[in-house]
Amino acid sequence: MTRIDLTGLEVRPAQVWGGVRLVPLVRPEPVEGLRLHREVYGNAGSVDLGDRTTYTSYIPHGFVADWSGKGAEGAAYGTRLGDGEPRAVPVRRHHRLAKRRNGEKRLRFLPLHLALEGYLALHFGGPSVVWDEWSQQAVRQGLSPRAEAAYAGWSVPGLSEALRVFEIHPGQCGLMLYVADALAAAFVVPHPRDYRVLHPTLIEDLYGELVHQYAFYGAPVPEFTARIRDEAGSVRTLADLRAAARAQERAWAEAHDGLMARDLLDTSYAFERVYRMDSYDLYRFLPPFHRGGEEQHIGELIADHKGRTLYLKTFRLSENQIRRGHLLRRLADCDWHLEQTAEALGTTYAEVVRRVTAAGFGSLLNAHVIAQRLRETQES
Amino acid sequence: MTETHSDLIAAEDVLLFVNAAVTATGQREFRSSAGEQRLSLAFLHEYVRVNYRPVYAAALALDINDHNAALIVEQLLRTPKEAGEREGRLIAARLALMPPQRVYRLFRALRAARVNNRRTRAIIRDWLAARAEREGLALDAVKYRPGLKAAARHVHQRFADPECGDFLFTPGRRVRYEHPYLDAYRRARYEQGALYELPFTVAEGFAARHGIPRERFLERIAPRMTRLERLRTERASDLTVMPLTRLALYVLSLPFGERVARRAELTGALRAAAGRVAGPYAGTWGRVAAVLDDSYSASGSAVKRRRPLAVALGCHFLLEALAAPGAYAAHWTSGGADPLLVRPWGPTPLGTRILDALEGPAAPDRLVIVSDGWDNAPPGLAGEVLRVWRTRLDPERRTSAVHVNPVYDAAGFDVRRLAPSVPTAGIRDAEDLAALVEIAQFAEGRTGLAQLRAYLDRRVELFLKGASR
Repeated sequence: MTRIDLTGLEVRPAQVWGGVRLVPLVRPEPVEGLRLHREVYGNAGSVDLGDRTTYTSYIPHGFVADWSGKGAEGAAYGTRLGDGEPRAVPVRRHHRLAKRRNGEKRLRFLPLHLALEGYLALHFGGPSVVWDEWSQQAVRQGLSPRAEAAYAGWSVPGLSEALRVFEIHPGQCGLMLYVADALAAAFVVPHPRDYRVLHPTLIEDLYGELVHQYAFYGAPVPEFTARIRDEAGSVRTLADLRAAARAQERAWAEAHDGLMARDLLDTSYAFERVYRMDSYDLYRFLPPFHRGGEEQHIGELIADHKGRTLYLKTFRLSENQIRRGHLLRRLADCDWHLEQTAEALGTTYAEVVRRVTAAGFGSLLNAHVIAQRLRETQES
Repeated sequence: MTETHSDLIAAEDVLLFVNAAVTATGQREFRSSAGEQRLSLAFLHEYVRVNYRPVYAAALALDINDHNAALIVEQLLRTPKEAGEREGRLIAARLALMPPQRVYRLFRALRAARVNNRRTRAIIRDWLAARAEREGLALDAVKYRPGLKAAARHVHQRFADPECGDFLFTPGRRVRYEHPYLDAYRRARYEQGALYELPFTVAEGFAARHGIPRERFLERIAPRMTRLERLRTERASDLTVMPLTRLALYVLSLPFGERVARRAELTGALRAAAGRVAGPYAGTWGRVAAVLDDSYSASGSAVKRRRPLAVALGCHFLLEALAAPGAYAAHWTSGGADPLLVRPWGPTPLGTRILDALEGPAAPDRLVIVSDGWDNAPPGLAGEVLRVWRTRLDPERRTSAVHVNPVYDAAGFDVRRLAPSVPTAGIRDAEDLAALVEIAQFAEGRTGLAQLRAYLDRRVELFLKGASR
């Protein structure tokens, strides 16, 4: 599995509000057997990563995946807690990101945190070979701290209003959210009834700094309005007119998949299976961290045995985050050897050092060794 | 007569203002906030008052809503220097039609703005005199106490009835009043029984003060309630006498189960109300096809709950009455077929529905679209379908099409249009549909300012004649 496969989901015409464009995804027949519920938490949460480290983050809600097959059960609002824990605790500890609930056929996971965790854990273990250039701190503690800033949905200007006036389609199971016509997030759930309940959670989700900036500085985007070509004689009856109207809908769907969502659908991602539940797999994926200017998303996904996407949630990385990921990838590929990395990147040693520093990892380099190495290279 | 470019613009401005004055209430709508609505409306009023003063005053004779009527009166009285003829009579005639609480609010606004010219005083005095003549000022003194007080102060009114004056300004002077309302008001402070002699809204305050349980209070005050108050508190009311749009709002406020259980009763009441509105025109519209918007945006806002949907529902029954028997077809955007079970949900595929409406077994004589003008599945398709249909398939205009829109678009200073080839009119109550279709023909751009002026003059003539009778 290398690509996101959205077969079974049809694109419907976008709805525009200011700079936000919302593209509904409709499933002609809903998927039975897997349902998502919403679980409500307090404001912030602290996640236990298992290796005696934790990170604290804004967690407004979690999802509960239920594959017991009792599909008739309606999606419920925050009633699946069961343990009777108090609700308004400001900081809570969550043991593991995806956790099976009380031996039931349910899995609790926090939206986007799998993906973020995957991104943050990207080679954050530190250098695998103890080259002289790395400081003692890097070798002992890895690349710490692991922190990324994100914006909650309600602080993205215009998003709450756009989500409020959005008209949900019958059978809608997902949404692509564009801000200033850049794909900000994709969200897919298995069943339309789940979607109706989970639609408001989009406002509580995490969005990257890029999305916030685009929403803040972006102008209103134009609406793709239908245009029927009616040169003399091409429309003679109402049936012709209807066919022309149909063609408009198709044209939009093709334009969307081929143009607007291309980077998301065509890029090959590195998938990692986090959890298996019956015939469903919970994955997180990381982009290739290419530096070609195309958009890069991290995210998580539940697929069934046929590879159909039942649940998808993405987080758009900013240019800075992509650069950091790219650098870490290259370093890891070259066993954290700075000179080899410079060679692989087709650049100089000094430039690699500059990049590592610029990425915020300067404190991990041993300044003395670096200075000495730089002097040597200049002399030679 | 030649039409100049500025004439066309003037005609457009006037229609724009009429549309706004029919639909906008300065309240929150689905897509724009109350602040945006007020700002937009304030600009529009000033613009039209400065540029087309006679037309601005003449708008009082049209079926515009009370919010805008009050705004127009206030603006006219604030600027007495430019006043034209007939203005005073138009204002007086309109005030006589408006509910008293709105008029008192207007008087208070005038007082706050320190508008106290001779004409304003004369108008307020006349209105109060007419009100005193009709039912005495005792009811107003009890029910709209602060309003009446402010108005009387503003014009230095001496009350013909000395009791009223004492009640308002020197309440300690009399030990008892002759008038039953005034006396009941005095006693209600100490005596629970007395409050049941007062109007409902006044008694409500006293009941709260005495801590009377709501249930018991409603039970005993029931005979004093007005029709609307009874409907609002869910007391049984005679549905067959309710106006159409109010009735539609009531039906939509009921849960689905109750709507199904009372289907015969509700449908009967709606049909009866529509029949009353259609009056002599019933059955004269030939084959009618309607496209009715029940998308999510028809839910309106917290202050105008389900108003657009109620207008669509009212129009449904009215059009059914206006169409020739059995020649009416309704097309809801959701695809539903049961008008009693509509709910605001889903997208607005107007274009497809218009095609459905035009296709039918035989081409309709009239196509009526009731929608807020937001067409999103896909956007703009309705306009395109209407354009191509008009230019390529029906250039001889066998079918007349009209779009009525219940929602004011604050950003556009007008109701949203679907296509230039289809006239659009603002609508507030389904009852006005027939009159609006008449106005809408001006919006098509085929008739100019002269006809529009003539039409307005005719309406003003009728209005003033009706008022003087």
